[in-house]
Amino acid sequence: MLAFILRRLMQAVFVVVAMVVLVFFGTYVIGDPVWMMVPGDATIEQVGEVRRTFGFDQPVYVQFLHFLGDVVRGEFGRSYVHGTSAIALILARMPATMELAFAALILAVVIGLPLGLFAGLKPEHPAARAIMAGSILGFSLPTFWVGLMLIMLFSVMLGWLPATGRGPVVSIFGLETSMLSLDGWRHLLLPALNLALLKISLVIRLTRSGTREAALQDYVKFARAKGLSQSRIVGVHILKNILIPIVTVLGLEFGSLVAFSVVTESIFAWPGMGKLLLEAIQRLDRPLIVAYVMVVVLLFVTINLIVDILYSALDPRVRLSESEA
Amino acid sequence: MAGPVLAVDNLATHFFTRDGVVKSVDGVSFEVKPGEVLGLVGESGSGKSVTGFSILGLIDPPGRIVGGSIQLNGEELVGRSESEMRKVRGKSLAMIFQDPMMTLNPVLRIDTQMIEAVLAHDAVSEKAARARAAEALGMVGIPAPEERLFAYPHQFSGGMRQRVAIAIALLHRPSLIIADEPTTALDVTIQSQILAEVQRICAESGTALVWITHDLAVVAGLADRVAVMYAGRIVEQGGVDDVLDRPCHPYTQGLIGSVPGAHPAGARLHAIPGSTPSLKHLPQGCAFAPRCTRADAACAVAPPITMNQGRAYRCFHPAAQAGASA
Repeated sequence: MLAFILRRLMQAVFVVVAMVVLVFFGTYVIGDPVWMMVPGDATIEQVGEVRRTFGFDQPVYVQFLHFLGDVVRGEFGRSYVHGTSAIALILARMPATMELAFAALILAVVIGLPLGLFAGLKPEHPAARAIMAGSILGFSLPTFWVGLMLIMLFSVMLGWLPATGRGPVVSIFGLETSMLSLDGWRHLLLPALNLALLKISLVIRLTRSGTREAALQDYVKFARAKGLSQSRIVGVHILKNILIPIVTVLGLEFGSLVAFSVVTESIFAWPGMGKLLLEAIQRLDRPLIVAYVMVVVLLFVTINLIVDILYSALDPRVRLSESEA
Repeated sequence: MAGPVLAVDNLATHFFTRDGVVKSVDGVSFEVKPGEVLGLVGESGSGKSVTGFSILGLIDPPGRIVGGSIQLNGEELVGRSESEMRKVRGKSLAMIFQDPMMTLNPVLRIDTQMIEAVLAHDAVSEKAARARAAEALGMVGIPAPEERLFAYPHQFSGGMRQRVAIAIALLHRPSLIIADEPTTALDVTIQSQILAEVQRICAESGTALVWITHDLAVVAGLADRVAVMYAGRIVEQGGVDDVLDRPCHPYTQGLIGSVPGAHPAGARLHAIPGSTPSLKHLPQGCAFAPRCTRADAACAVAPPITMNQGRAYRCFHPAAQAGASA
């Protein structure tokens, strides 16, 4: 197990290095950030001054080496726009994004799993067909449009939930969360639902196909022959088998929930990392962009590792083959 | 004398598929006495497995029991609700399946799968249930049962898994076990070990056994009586020696004739001409008539069951006279 984790961490280092190179040259190509920093009526001398201050006058490989040196020391520089540490800016916004992604993940499981189980156990039932049709909509409707429609319906027409922003934040055990108050939940529900929509559909389809497959297996028939109740057969025998692919996919999808919360955050004015990233890209704030990408890459790598470990906890066969290897 | 453990009377199980009704079991009747071993023999698709699943009430749509009666210890099973059936399954009526690699849930430990089976019918503590599980494992010849309880199915060989499945079937000391080709997927040495084990346990506990198989050699060694199925019907039944030595029905005769061992080496094997009919389009009369060398005009009508000195067969032209001494 330890060798496995070490091997995974080595792979992660390569991914991080590749990302650093890509993002640095990517943002270098996009444009010259100096023009975003100086006032419109600045003189050539003033522009040159700014350029020297930030080191933009040096050749690109020298800039890259400087940048690399910073990264190795765990620094991504100061944001050009905010003037403070880029990584600190990102980390300050991270709890909001994580909270949103986490809430979306919970919604995906809480809504998707029961619907998928039902659709898998009674595939001919009209409600099951309706669920499947709904999941196709969930897949194909664009997130930003659904977000707008949610605001239209629940905030504008019905007036039940606030359209934008985050509720009051409380800090417990060093974690900032708005999930502890009713008002916090009222603010969280719409963006979380919007972000979760695609994942709900995914969980429904995964659960349904897994259930239909498992229900035909001999071990389910044998469980029935033992005289077990239907709830025990579905809740233990079938569910534990179909959870394996669902946990894998959801784990991987959690990373994408964080990364793609950009759209949802901008629609609902959710003060998370995604919104910060959009602003940074518009202003060519390279340290901020790089810091964001690094955080997301590390997040993905960590999540993948956790998924692998969870997977072996769920499927005993994985554990055995790992110890034999 | 006690009544039969199992009395199946005129059982009919049909599958209502898109292209027609498949009469997998059509008018099957047999009885099993306490402690008796009945061999249910037939080719693939003759309806022997469906008969087994019908008795447990495990026929899934589009299939359904359309008629007849199944009595277990004098109590009617046909028409019971799912929850009433559940009280019988695994308690007084157990089943062992064909493929031991598939019958145990791969992601649950053996103890989970055995303890839940105990708790499904008896309100005992988990500790007591575990003790019973270990005892059952020991009974089927699994060494160090307390430790093996913590293993997962994939840590057992096929033969060992089948022993676990048998142990699960034995947990509640059922009066009847239905075994659906439980040794077919095992290699021959394991097969004979399992057979000996099952025979011993059933004899000790007085459990009756319906052993579904296509292997006549297994039936000869294990069963007290044998019922031969063809196209959803029992065409012949009787004591195992009687039927195997002096088959009445031409199909039974053909089946015994096609066992390779009975011929001198190098000689051509006998085979029954033709193939099994589609259960969707059964001939009007005797289903075996198109393949039968003795068939004539009389066979256009379905032959009734002829009872003769403990033998029963459905044929107008029996090959041997039952009871005639050899």
